[in-house]
Amino acid sequence: MSEAMRVPTMAEYMAEGKQPEVLFWVGCAGSFDDRAKKITKAFVKILNKIGVDFAVLGTEEACTGDPAKRAGNEFLFQMQAMTNIEVMNAYEVKKVVTTCPHCFNTIKNEYPSLGGEYQVMHHTQFLKQLLNEGRLKVEGGKYKGKRITFHDPCYLGRANDEYEAPRELLRKLEVELVEMKSCKTRALCCGAGGAQMFKDAEKGDKEVNIHRTEEALETQPSIIAAGCPFCNTMMTDGVKNKEKQDDIEVLDVVEMIANAEDL
Amino acid sequence: MSYLPQLLFVIAFAYAVYFFARNVKRLRRNILLGKDVDRKDRKSERLSQMIRVALGQSKMVTRPIAGTLHVIIYVGFVIINIEVLEIIIDGISGQHRIFAFLCPVYSFLIGSFEILALLVLITVILFWTRRNIMRIKRFLSPELKGWPKNDANLILYFEVVLMVLFLTMNAADYQLQLNNHEAYVKAGAFPVSQFLLPLFENMSSATLVIVERTAWWAHILGILFFLNYLYYSKHLHILLAFPNVYFANLEEKGKFKNLDSVTNEVKMMLDPNADPFAEPAEGEGDEVPEKFGASDVSDLSWFQLLSAYTCTECGRCTSECPANQTGKKLSPRKIMMDTRDRLEEVGKNIDANKGEFQPDGKQLLDDYISREELWACTTCNACVEACPVGIDPLSIIMDMRQYLVMEESAAPAELNNAMSNIENNAAPWPYNQQDRLNWAKEA
Repeated sequence: MSEAMRVPTMAEYMAEGKQPEVLFWVGCAGSFDDRAKKITKAFVKILNKIGVDFAVLGTEEACTGDPAKRAGNEFLFQMQAMTNIEVMNAYEVKKVVTTCPHCFNTIKNEYPSLGGEYQVMHHTQFLKQLLNEGRLKVEGGKYKGKRITFHDPCYLGRANDEYEAPRELLRKLEVELVEMKSCKTRALCCGAGGAQMFKDAEKGDKEVNIHRTEEALETQPSIIAAGCPFCNTMMTDGVKNKEKQDDIEVLDVVEMIANAEDL
Repeated sequence: MSYLPQLLFVIAFAYAVYFFARNVKRLRRNILLGKDVDRKDRKSERLSQMIRVALGQSKMVTRPIAGTLHVIIYVGFVIINIEVLEIIIDGISGQHRIFAFLCPVYSFLIGSFEILALLVLITVILFWTRRNIMRIKRFLSPELKGWPKNDANLILYFEVVLMVLFLTMNAADYQLQLNNHEAYVKAGAFPVSQFLLPLFENMSSATLVIVERTAWWAHILGILFFLNYLYYSKHLHILLAFPNVYFANLEEKGKFKNLDSVTNEVKMMLDPNADPFAEPAEGEGDEVPEKFGASDVSDLSWFQLLSAYTCTECGRCTSECPANQTGKKLSPRKIMMDTRDRLEEVGKNIDANKGEFQPDGKQLLDDYISREELWACTTCNACVEACPVGIDPLSIIMDMRQYLVMEESAAPAELNNAMSNIENNAAPWPYNQQDRLNWAKEA
C-alpha cells in the first residue's frame, strides 16, 4: 500500500462545517468480518485515489436491522432503523453508498416510510456512475481475458432489479464473463439471506452455498466475482469445501478494480 | 314437445350459473376474511401489468417448453369459448348454428376452432406425459401426492373429453350437411373433423343426428360441469390469475412492509418527551392489542388469500427455491396450498356454523405449515420471481416468522443470539460498537 487510507467521519466533517458528497455505509460485515474488511478497504482506496469526498459514520453506525427484520423481529428492526435515521438526519445525509446489498436494500426501501429518505446506491452502481462521469477509469490490467463468473446477490438483483452495474464494471476489466446456468433474475441464493447467515441450516441433503458453488464451478472460472460480503463468505467456504481454493479466488467486484489498479 | 330440449337446456344452464355464483360468493367471502391491504393504487400500472403478465402470459414463457404448451391451451381455451357462446344461444333459442349467416367468417372461425382443438388435444397429451411419465422433479414433490395429482390429471382428461366431443359433434354435423339433411345448414369448415368422416359415412341420418345431438349435449354439459369443478380444483387460476396479477405487489421485491403499530411504539420509546406513565388517551386503551404477524389465515391479507386460491400448483416457485433444491422441507408451493386448504377449512366451518367461525383448535401454523419450513427460507425472492401469476409466498413466510418471534419468542437459539447482539452492541456479532472503525487503522 502506497499511502495510508483516509477515512473521515461525518462528525469530523460536521466539526469543519462541511458536507461530504456521499456517506459510505460500511455495514457490520464490512466493519468486523476479516474477509469483508478487505472489500471495505478496496472501496476506500478507490474513493481516495479518485478523490471522492466521502465520510463514514464510524462508531455512530449501527446494524440496519436487516437480519432482525428478516428473522421476524420487527420491533428490533425498527429500533435500529429509527436510531440510524436519527443519526443520518442529524448529519443531513442526502446520499448513501454501501458495499452490502442488505444494507443497501434496507436503507433504500425500508427506511423511507420511517423518515429516512436518501438516495441509496450499491457500490457497483456508484462506481458505474463514477465511470460514466469520467472520474473513474477501469482497465483490464491483471484480469484481462480471465474467465470470471458473477454471482448475483439476491438483494441487489431480484430484490432491486440491478443486474447490469456489476457486469458492466467486469466488462470494463476486459474479463471473459461467463454466466452460470441460473443467473440474473433466476440466480440461486448463496444461502446467507433472511438471517440464515446467523444460524445453522435446516436439515437437507446439502448446504445452499455448496450447491451454488457447484453451479459456479461448472463455468470453470478462475475467479468468482461477488457483490456482497455475505455471498463472498458463502462462496469462499464453498470453494474451500470443494478444495479449489488454490485455483479459484472469490473476489468482490470492487476488489478486482482495486487490484487491477495495484491499489 | 319441440320446446323440451330448450327447456332442459335453460334449466341446466341456469342451475350451472346458480351453482357457480354460489361458489363465487363463498370464494369472495373467504378471501375477505383476510386483513385489508391497499392494492387499489397505481391503476394504470396494474392494468398494464395484468395485460402483460396474465393476458399476455409473459412470465409463462421463461420456461420455453411448458410455457409454449401452456400458451396453446390458453389460446385454445379463450378462442373456443366463442363457439361456446354460439352453443349457448343455440341451446336457449332452439336454433342450430345461429352464427352461420356470417358465411366466410363463420367458416374461418369454425376452422380455427377445429385446428385449436387438435392442438389442445396434442398439448394435453404432452402435459399428461410430463406429469406422469417423465420424472420432472417439481411434479414429484410430496405435497402433490393424492388429490393434487389426481386433480391435475382429471383436468387433463376433461379437456381431452371436451375436445373429442367437440370434434365428434362437428364431424357428425358435417356428414349430415353432406347428406343434405334439412335441419343442418351448410356452414363451417372442418379441417380436422373431416378426417373422422369415414367413421360416419355409412350411418343413417337418424343415427347421425343422435350422434351429433349426444356430442353437442355432452360437450356443453361437460363445460358447465367443468365451470363448477373450478372451485374445488387448482384450476381456479384460469379466472383468478387476472385479479391476482392486477393486485400483485408493485414495489421492489426487497421492500418488506413496516408494521405501523410497531412504528408508533418505537417512536414513543425514542421520544425523550414521552411520558411512560401517561394515561392512554380517550378511547385508545379500549382496542384489542394487535397481534403481530400471522398464525392463521385470518391474520393474512386478502391478497395473500386470493393468491392461495389462484395458485395452480405448477411448482415453478418450488423448483427455484434454494432451500427446496438442497433438500430442505420448505416448498413455497406447499405454503400456498396449505394456506388455501386451511382457508377452505375455515370457510366450511363458517358455513356449518351459521356464518360464525367456531374455534376448531387448529391454525395454519403447526397444523399445516411447520416451523422447520418457515426457518429454512433465505428470503431470496426466487419463488416470487418465478411465479407466473404474481403470487408472493415469501410474504406469508415472513408474516409467520413475525408471529413466531414477536408473539411466541420462538426463534432458533442462534438467531436469538444474533438479535441480542444487535440489541446490545448494534451488530449481529458480539463486537463492540466502539470498535466499528478499527478497520480504518489497520493496514
